[in-house]
Amino acid sequence: MGVIMADKHIGKQTVLFKSPPSIKATASIVGPKEGQGTLKQYFDYITPDELWGEESWEKAESKLVRETLTKVLQKAGMSNSQIEYVLAGDLLNQCIAANYGLRDTDIPFFGLFGACSTMAESMSLGSMLIDGGFADNVICITSSHFCSAERQFRFPLELGSPRTPTSQWTVTGSGAVILSSEQIGPYIKYVTTGKINDLGIKDINNMGAAMAPAAADTILTHFSDTGLTPDYYDLIVTGDLGRVGKKICLDLLNMNGIDIENRYDDCGVMIFDTKQQDVHAGGSGCGCSATVFAGYIYKEMMKGNLKRVLFVATGALMSPVSTQQKESIPGIAHAVSIHRSLD
Amino acid sequence: MSYINAFLVGGAICAIGQILIDKTKLTPARILVLFVVTGVLLTALGIYQKLVDFAGAGATIPLTGFGYSLAKGVFNEVDQTGLMGALTGGFKASAAGLGAVIFFGYIMSVVSKPKAKR
Repeated sequence: MGVIMADKHIGKQTVLFKSPPSIKATASIVGPKEGQGTLKQYFDYITPDELWGEESWEKAESKLVRETLTKVLQKAGMSNSQIEYVLAGDLLNQCIAANYGLRDTDIPFFGLFGACSTMAESMSLGSMLIDGGFADNVICITSSHFCSAERQFRFPLELGSPRTPTSQWTVTGSGAVILSSEQIGPYIKYVTTGKINDLGIKDINNMGAAMAPAAADTILTHFSDTGLTPDYYDLIVTGDLGRVGKKICLDLLNMNGIDIENRYDDCGVMIFDTKQQDVHAGGSGCGCSATVFAGYIYKEMMKGNLKRVLFVATGALMSPVSTQQKESIPGIAHAVSIHRSLD
Repeated sequence: MSYINAFLVGGAICAIGQILIDKTKLTPARILVLFVVTGVLLTALGIYQKLVDFAGAGATIPLTGFGYSLAKGVFNEVDQTGLMGALTGGFKASAAGLGAVIFFGYIMSVVSKPKAKR
């Protein structure tokens, strides 16, 4: 007979925290294009260009991570030594933006790969570390960079290749949160961890369509595990499905009897002014959901405009090699349920 | 009149490339290869020469024109030296072009810095 000890686990994929961690502070730094977008006033700093004084895109992305971590500690009035863990990841091979960006921080480090879902993945695991009594203060941080992502997944900028209309623009930016056992709010009450979903989409220029099923699946599971309904939340936001994927996600949810339309948005669509800026289907990348969360969503929650938010970052789990081997694109989505107060 | 022909034909070939980018899943590299191979095929069928006569640089500058010069080079070399010309002819005809492309491409890569599109 097995002993069941996972008493905080509810339903199929959800955890209900007994001591919900708080988001103590956030920080976000973005590139110039994001700094001209609709959310520009919410970011802590906008870099003058994509290199930011560094010699390569990858070094610039590491600088984004390093400076965002410094900023979030400064905003919380804390030092590196007070942080028990940093959870970080990015899109590059071996996650070098995080590895090199955090090289000198002296904080115990867990590197993560969740593609563009990394912010929600890190916040999920960070919350578990705190609620489980393993840490009092955890930093969750991710980044992405347009130029390094083009080199990683498509073609280096030097080649001058044209981009297709359904492609998305990888956000240049880094977002960080400090999670704390201090009871100050906003609180992370639930996390619903996604499963890998692959419906056979092979088009790397239409990743919104590849990830939308994962987003819909995690959102549906969150509601059935918790017994909540869409109107419980002021905002349900996906990471980077873009214009195309956003519509697919809504349709998939409606097919299953869940209508979130009047409280649903997508970070990829929010971060850029898709009419003024030439970003095709919208923003993408780990930095997309991270900066929109750390900038816009957190600040709107602190102002009292948003009381309960379901943050669902979405990732596409392919590599250039799997694409060349004609594999389809598996998607994943992690949901983090954030409450301004616990009553 | 020759300028207008060159403009229209060159533009049309490039427009085909743009349509392929917008409407198909072909990557830029595959489209360029397709253009070269199409140039070779159309030259072998005798069609491309007519286009070159009509449009001049408008037909020889786009990458289909490179396929054309490869094919013509092979024909000439096979006529002169026999079957070995199938291997050597293309390189001989495009040698100056390839040398220039590699040299200027290298110089530009050293001199320029890439930037993201605004």
